[in-house]
Amino acid sequence: MDATTVLAQVTGNVATIGYGLAAIGPAIGVGIVVGKTIEGVARQPELAGRLQVLMFIGIAFTEALAFIGIATGFIFT
Amino acid sequence: MFAITRINLIQMLATVVLVTLLVVGTRRMTVVPGRFQSVVEMGLDFVRVNIAEDILGRKDGKRFLPILTTIFFMVLFMNITGVIPFLNIAGTSVIAVPMLLAIVAYVTFIYAGIKKSPGGFFRNSLMPPGLPWFLYILIIPLEFLSTFIIRPVTLTLRLLMNMVVGHLMLVLFFAATQFFVVDLSGWWTALGAGSLAFGFAFTLFEIFVAFLQAYVFAILTAVYIQLAVAEEH
Repeated sequence: MDATTVLAQVTGNVATIGYGLAAIGPAIGVGIVVGKTIEGVARQPELAGRLQVLMFIGIAFTEALAFIGIATGFIFT
Repeated sequence: MFAITRINLIQMLATVVLVTLLVVGTRRMTVVPGRFQSVVEMGLDFVRVNIAEDILGRKDGKRFLPILTTIFFMVLFMNITGVIPFLNIAGTSVIAVPMLLAIVAYVTFIYAGIKKSPGGFFRNSLMPPGLPWFLYILIIPLEFLSTFIIRPVTLTLRLLMNMVVGHLMLVLFFAATQFFVVDLSGWWTALGAGSLAFGFAFTLFEIFVAFLQAYVFAILTAVYIQLAVAEEH
């Protein structure tokens, strides 16, 4: 059995790996947002509250991409 | 076709519990609050101080406090049913609820902007200042897309998908436990114990997500209102 027939036996929908791919970008993004917030709090602990609010807003915008990834998996099946 | 499903019943239950808690908690207000009243006050204070006044400032915060409080508590109570035993599904995990809340937020921030100054609102949200004129041909459609279409869609999807995915994760872990322990038995039970432990860990995580999504939904609504009523820059 050569490689092409093995690949042909994979059934189902490619959309199932879509979310995995869609999660990569937001994962890096959320990591950067949280990391930078920690950095900021370490520099100026008195700003912790304000930075936390901004962090959650940033995370919310970033992770929306991942959720669009899930939704397209449901739509394009 | 109209039929009441289990999720509808859970939504009604969550609403009844929320209204009862708030009415009982604020009915006989005393200056020195009792234990129950202080819990309710803590929740209401959280929305007032950490969401409304923090983002919108004192004056606008007071104006939009009712709608932010409603959104926060409605989302919170409908989310938290996802981890309560025997209910086990979030009231927000059908698209109607997040979509309704997103429409409310959408109408609110457009209303706030138009009330403040119609020209200023559209100029602020469609034409970022300081660009050469030919770029506006590109920027205006993009800004329109991001402000008036992407915002409500992402508000809806963020809440809906968080709840749906959380539910699916719990289903996977507990179904795996059942499969390992009952269908395979023997040494597989050890793996079942692992998936059961992860199921409980994810239940705790879902409680956190329920709070976080309520907070994020309310705070994004506040941010959109703030952007709409902001002075021209």
